[in-house]
Amino acid sequence: MTSTTTPNSAATVPDAKIPPGPIDQKWLEHKNHLKLVNPNNKRKFEVLVVGSGLAGASAAASLAELGYEVKCFCFQDTPRRAHSIAAQGGINAAKNYRNDGDSIFRLFYDTVKGGDFRSREANVHRLAELSVNIIDQCVAQGVPFAREYSGLLDNRSFGGAQVARTFYARGQTGQQLLLGAYQALERQIAAGKVKMFPRTEMLDLVVEDGRATGIVTRDLITGRIDSHAGHAVVLATGGYSNVFYLSTNAKGSNVTAIWRAHKRGAYFANPCFTQIHPTCIPTSGDYQSKLTLMSESLRNDGRIWVPKDPSDVRSPDRIPEGERDYYLERKYPSFGNLVPRDVAARTATSTTDDGRGAGAQKNGVYLDFSDAIRRVGEKAIEERYGNLFEMYDKITGENPYKVPMRIYPAPHYTMGGLWVDYNLMSNVPGLFVLGEANFSDHGANRLGASALMQGLADGYFVIPYTIGDYLSSFLGKPVTTESEGFREARANVEGQIERFLTGQGKRTADSYHRELGKIVWDHCGILRTAAGLATARTKIQALQQEFEQDLRIPGGAAQVNQELERAGRVADFFGLADLMCRDALERNESCGGHFREEYQTPEGEAKRDDENFSYGALWEWNDAGHESTLHKEPLVFETVSPSQRSYK
Amino acid sequence: MDLTLHVWRQGGPDQPGRMERYEAKGINEHSSFLEMLDVVNEGLIGAGQEPIAFDHDCREGICGSCGFMINGHAHGPLPHTTVCQLHMRHFKSGDELYLEPWRSKAFPVVKDLMVNRSAFDRIIQAGGFISIPTGSAPEANLIPVPKEESDQAFDAATCIGCGACVAQCPNGAAQLFTSAKVSHLGLLPQGQPERDRRALGMVEAMEAQGFGACSNYAECEAVCPKGISIDFIARLNRDFLGAKLAGASSGEAKVKGGAG
Repeated sequence: MTSTTTPNSAATVPDAKIPPGPIDQKWLEHKNHLKLVNPNNKRKFEVLVVGSGLAGASAAASLAELGYEVKCFCFQDTPRRAHSIAAQGGINAAKNYRNDGDSIFRLFYDTVKGGDFRSREANVHRLAELSVNIIDQCVAQGVPFAREYSGLLDNRSFGGAQVARTFYARGQTGQQLLLGAYQALERQIAAGKVKMFPRTEMLDLVVEDGRATGIVTRDLITGRIDSHAGHAVVLATGGYSNVFYLSTNAKGSNVTAIWRAHKRGAYFANPCFTQIHPTCIPTSGDYQSKLTLMSESLRNDGRIWVPKDPSDVRSPDRIPEGERDYYLERKYPSFGNLVPRDVAARTATSTTDDGRGAGAQKNGVYLDFSDAIRRVGEKAIEERYGNLFEMYDKITGENPYKVPMRIYPAPHYTMGGLWVDYNLMSNVPGLFVLGEANFSDHGANRLGASALMQGLADGYFVIPYTIGDYLSSFLGKPVTTESEGFREARANVEGQIERFLTGQGKRTADSYHRELGKIVWDHCGILRTAAGLATARTKIQALQQEFEQDLRIPGGAAQVNQELERAGRVADFFGLADLMCRDALERNESCGGHFREEYQTPEGEAKRDDENFSYGALWEWNDAGHESTLHKEPLVFETVSPSQRSYK
Repeated sequence: MDLTLHVWRQGGPDQPGRMERYEAKGINEHSSFLEMLDVVNEGLIGAGQEPIAFDHDCREGICGSCGFMINGHAHGPLPHTTVCQLHMRHFKSGDELYLEPWRSKAFPVVKDLMVNRSAFDRIIQAGGFISIPTGSAPEANLIPVPKEESDQAFDAATCIGCGACVAQCPNGAAQLFTSAKVSHLGLLPQGQPERDRRALGMVEAMEAQGFGACSNYAECEAVCPKGISIDFIARLNRDFLGAKLAGASSGEAKVKGGAG
């Protein structure tokens, strides 16, 4: 097979195409020089958008409005169900409506610092610039953000930010933003500019002559395998937290689209940068299928503590004040309960590892609202967090107005993803990657209320500009699925399905997924060591072999077959899990969500090593059985100087 | 706890279906209803049988994927709860449960407990949006929205599109779903320019998709996991009538009929 070879195999580090000039002029200048496609010519270009969350739906709608012919794919039964819908807290924007000193620069600075200086300055500054346009666009679409009695937009401080720049729609901000993008998308579907393919899963990327030219999909109802050709392919397929099996992600969230693109040559960057969210409901048994997030806004009023004495098994209301350890307030007096997510998650883990956990299973810490209820009254707390308290009660059967919540960290977001340049194009020309699926903006740790911002910035305001620059040189060149590249990709997909279905094993895909997730959580979760990561790789490879030989999938290919869908996704999680551990092993430092126990300060804080590790780790896939190759994109800080994060 | 399940099994849209009996044994009372089905499915696969197909995704009650009838109640017996957020502690050992897919002409069965709800998307396509191309929005705070109206719009916008309202309605009507979107957008100043054509277009699309008529049973409100009020249906009727009397037209926002 020659036409689908790995592109750029000779190249080492692809050009990030960061524009020259002062930080606040880069995007403006860059836009002025991007090539344009004449309005009458846009309809001659076919763009394939995979994923319909905030990034995918906003991209598909915006590109169609410009005149491109768009096909959009999602595995759910309708684009409105993408997992962006579950985001609770809010979306940041540097509007400075509060007059509290916020600015584009401050949002940029906070995001670079919050990411522990492992992201690109230029991308983050653009994100902060576009944040204000997002709010305008969403309000005009009818997104019902919270308002003051004046009728103007309300804001809150979120995730420890020193300014109130977070816009929110009760505890359902993601839902409302996604419905805004979904409605824009449905409008374009009605106008005939977007052809929507729900219940359709991308199973391979087609790369011909070094460029992305299409995808191969499976219809999840009929099982039909289809080929779709496009002038460009846009992946907006979300993150890979489900590699841990238990995470706050939806059950269907998966790495398949970006992993299969990776196997076709796209570099996977910083896979070990994963975010463990500090405030989730602890597990209650081994039947558990997912973890539920409790918005981190709860930390604005809740106080986190554990019993001082590990042998203390009394119910929390019987533990007197003096026998409680409010460990965040003790260790970080200035930020207290509002330290960033990575710090809060790590301290919760080390505390429960000491045996000082909350509840009968000692697998959580208390998040206590009794002081806040005494201070402002139960009604005020209900107004702020009513829906979250209700959700907690529903899941645990405990009333958080009366007894403290029990919380524990859970995998929530992945900062790593496919490598992209400033135009959001991967190293495979024609393959663009948006939202959580790319690696670009959050470095080693994402700040609260920044994921929604990035998804929508990428989809509404970046890709509509940058895609034309790529497409303009392909005017008049039709696309076709009648090629060797498509035939090979189809055969690859069909071959895998056949191998799955002819297996005569005993175990389900889910049982492997659960076991794999446990390995990754134990060794590549919140706390990591070189020895643990090496052990994990051995275990993962052994389990993967078993998976390949002893898997049972009932039913056939030409029908709804949810077990077959799972098997394909679990197979890809195996490959990713191994690469995550490899990446974590190579990064001999601690930064953001990546905490290597060997690299910490005497006070137990993350010890970054800027001299040796100030780079993005770009992994190039080599054929199965061969280790991936590491390329390094050096990070250049022209505007901010990396400092040690301190929240004391 | 041990339960007896009677589950609707159907291979595909054009195949006949039947109720099958399964024993769910040793279920933890803290597991969710879907986790209970996961356990049953593991057992079925172990025995070489096809697992029960059902839609689900976020499992936190917001994506709207899940939903089926439990003993005749959409999403089961608990108010304001999707089936993924329904926990087994609300049942008792020995219970006998009948699980059936949403029943509506406009929601054909795909397999077992899965149905095709794309008719809802086609209602949205007929006007459930504000026509504001990316980039053309004015500064956000130029349009003040009174807090009461904004809050009311939010109450309508909270719909998750699960289809329980249609499934529970004796007529299979989609008024609650449609009225929620018409009200969400119609209550906001940004939604005014298209208010008439939106109401007309969406009502026409709703009828074309094969949903039944509304006879004010209010079963929809009772089962809605988000507690959306039937007051919005009254609002929809007012908007529809007003638009008709004003001689407005639904414009080009036409979509094909049929559930496909």
